[in-house]
Amino acid sequence: MDWLVLSEEEWTAVRLSLRVSSVAVLVSLPLGILVAYVLARGKFWGKSILNGIVLLPLILPPVVTGFLLLIVFGRRGVVGSFLADYLGIVLSFRWTGAALACGVMGFPLMVRSIRLSIETVDRKLEEAAGTLGASPLWVFLTITLPLILPGIIAGMILAFAKAMGEFGATITFVSNIPSETQTLSAAIYTFTQVPGGDVGAMRLTIVAIAISFAALLASEFMAYLVGRKVAVE
Amino acid sequence: MTMIVDVRQSFKSFVLDASFTSTGGVTALFGRSGSGKTSLVRAIAGLSKPQRGRIEIDGDVLLDTERGIFVPMHRRRFGYVFQEARLFPHLSVRQNLLYGKWFAPKSAQVENISHVVELLGIGPLLDRRPGNLSGGEKQRVAIGRALLSSPRLLLMDEPLAALDDERKAEILPYLERMRDETAMPIVYVSHSVAEVARLSDRVVMMSDGRVEISGTPSDVLSGSQVLATERREAGVVLSGTVEAIDSAHGLATVRLSSEVLVVSNARAQVGQSVRLHVPGRDVMLATRKPEGLSALNILEGQIAQMDAEGEGMVRVKIRCGEDVVLARITGLSVERLALQAGLPVYAVIKTVTLAR
Repeated sequence: MDWLVLSEEEWTAVRLSLRVSSVAVLVSLPLGILVAYVLARGKFWGKSILNGIVLLPLILPPVVTGFLLLIVFGRRGVVGSFLADYLGIVLSFRWTGAALACGVMGFPLMVRSIRLSIETVDRKLEEAAGTLGASPLWVFLTITLPLILPGIIAGMILAFAKAMGEFGATITFVSNIPSETQTLSAAIYTFTQVPGGDVGAMRLTIVAIAISFAALLASEFMAYLVGRKVAVE
Repeated sequence: MTMIVDVRQSFKSFVLDASFTSTGGVTALFGRSGSGKTSLVRAIAGLSKPQRGRIEIDGDVLLDTERGIFVPMHRRRFGYVFQEARLFPHLSVRQNLLYGKWFAPKSAQVENISHVVELLGIGPLLDRRPGNLSGGEKQRVAIGRALLSSPRLLLMDEPLAALDDERKAEILPYLERMRDETAMPIVYVSHSVAEVARLSDRVVMMSDGRVEISGTPSDVLSGSQVLATERREAGVVLSGTVEAIDSAHGLATVRLSSEVLVVSNARAQVGQSVRLHVPGRDVMLATRKPEGLSALNILEGQIAQMDAEGEGMVRVKIRCGEDVVLARITGLSVERLALQAGLPVYAVIKTVTLAR
């Protein structure tokens, strides 16, 4: 069973993938909740345009998204040069860039899931909380947020799964540098490109399956815990 | 407490243009559905923003469109009990009850939870979730939740309308206790004459978004306006004092201005002042003194006034000494007995209920 033992490099790819995906999900979560809230409740001109922009990465070929990221966030890109010159943050060809690419790709899935759950919240409950003295911010934190928790969890899991499997945008934006930007998917791809790499690809595939399955189970369990608390009146 | 309300607001299908004042106690906003009661009470709570108007409580201005003042609902400190309980499903009953306490100013907290829990009889429910409470239990928790947010005024928007008669009967005594044991001013929205007669100190009657008439329950509820609103239940509210108790039969004798009525309610105490609700549909008329009847209350009087109210029904006002009762009888009966103003008659009162 020696073929099952991961090499140091392969472990690095697995850890990197987990880190990239987690960071992508956690950093995009606050923005995702905000955008979902605005889309669910807001009435303003250009709402469908915002909705379109949010959904775009879902429809565009991932390579196109990656290329656009490269243009905007690359060293010479509008945002990228600003970040590099003034804040010292370089995204291109770094693991942070991979997290950005994964976050962008998972964003539509996260927003959609959270938006749907916001739309099902009974606004009469929020009204009742208001009459009890809660300001709009407190109403959101104590009523809306707990009630949409199942949707948030589902959105996070979807975005995490998307990030784990993300390949096209990542490899276009930050390339495939071992121990810096070589994620699990990229490592499997690399194995398939060399003669005799099938065994390595298989090892990493088993790891990928295990991670996906664990994430799924975790989400089911969390949804169960939340569902027990948020029983419908 | 003095509250002044004067609001005007246009909706798609009607215009709300109403004003009234309240000096504490229970003020009932009364009228048929669609008369604008709920719109008015939502404006008072700050759930809607009238185009024009002024709302003031004890000199504190909450709305003044001329000066551009609009205090948002969470700063008004008005408790609101909705038609449906609206309990928070993710919180336990106890957490629901305490929700408003987080936001109330510490200096204003007068109600303590154990008193409210005892008042509403919700002690055994505290650790349960709202999801598996009955309709009546939910509504009692909702009332407690509003009380514990230490409001300076309690707005109740048909809190019993969504409940069946049994649940209503379960909650009404709690509302009476609340009225008597807390000094909380209440604005109570209802379309039920029985509830209004039982609970309110003052009635503001609304129709088509405007205030039709306001005054004491006995004035407003016996007027012809009410008959138009809710003919079946209309009648008179009479004030009197309990003169004697017959605990063996569970009866109380109540002296009115000049007449005496026997009421089945042993909870009353001698000397207590009470109000009696006599529905017009439960009063029969006889031209000779009836004998061999089960009715306990037969008053001798004179017909003071007769008004046809349509659908073949006639409203007859009978003066018995200094008291007045209303009878709602058919036009055929009027013809058969040749009733007319001034004729001496006997009013047979089938049911009379203690309104307070």
